[in-house]
Amino acid sequence: MGSVSTSPVELDEPVVDDVTLLARPWVTVVWNDPVNLMSYVTFVFQKYFGYARAKAEKLMLEVHNDGRSVVSTGSREEMERDVQAMHEFGLWATIQKADA
Amino acid sequence: MTHGFSRHRRSGACVATFTAYEADLLRSLAGQLIELLRNEEATPGAGDPLEEMFDFSGPTSEPDDPVLARLFPTAYPEDDEAAADFRRFTEGSLRNGKAAAAGAVIDTLEQAGLPPEPEEGLFIDVELDQATVMSWLRSFTDMRLALATRLGVEDDDEDYWESLPHDDPRAQVHDIYAWLGFLQETLVECAG
Repeated sequence: MGSVSTSPVELDEPVVDDVTLLARPWVTVVWNDPVNLMSYVTFVFQKYFGYARAKAEKLMLEVHNDGRSVVSTGSREEMERDVQAMHEFGLWATIQKADA
Repeated sequence: MTHGFSRHRRSGACVATFTAYEADLLRSLAGQLIELLRNEEATPGAGDPLEEMFDFSGPTSEPDDPVLARLFPTAYPEDDEAAADFRRFTEGSLRNGKAAAAGAVIDTLEQAGLPPEPEEGLFIDVELDQATVMSWLRSFTDMRLALATRLGVEDDDEDYWESLPHDDPRAQVHDIYAWLGFLQETLVECAG
């Protein structure tokens, strides 16, 4: 352990953007299932999230190959909307904290 | 046999021609889906009876039927309380949305001339605009999830289904499941 100075320290301005941290701590995870077509999953990611085809395909392949993929990040309310939308499309989606 | 959906050159609509038998099968599957969605009461889980009495706003526990459990997955696998809240606020509208999509499939087929009893030699031409395409895509998904859950479909199990004798009812249901997959693939291609 290093020594601790007891003299007053001038604190720097916080470098961490608190608003960003607080606003984006949740993620929507889509899980692989044996039913949904790869083309349909890609279509849903394009249609709902507005992702370009290349990004939508990359996420779909993550779901397919790795069993899961983080498809969106944001506030808890936003992620609950996204998860509900994924369930409307028949995709298996869950919500969790970003660092979990 | 239908060739699935294709894009109409001028209107851009997704069009398909079904035999009356095929259209009737789709109507029947959509009808069964609606019945399932409406059938199992969206009741709160068996917990504190007092809590249940006040819990009139929506279900909080996973449906008993495995098909419904797949259609309405638990959103917070590691947080029962948050999962119950999410379910309470979403499952009702999800059920209604899925039933409405299946209803749109039936409406399309009947507006295209499908009679109450399918007739030999009758063909049903359907033409889907953008909104109807989404209803059909969602409903194909729900029907396929329902059949796959009942059958126990898994990844890369095609050989197993192929090996079943043709008169095995499960093989016949799997044929319908695969046919729905073919139709959905052609509809995604048209819509994409």
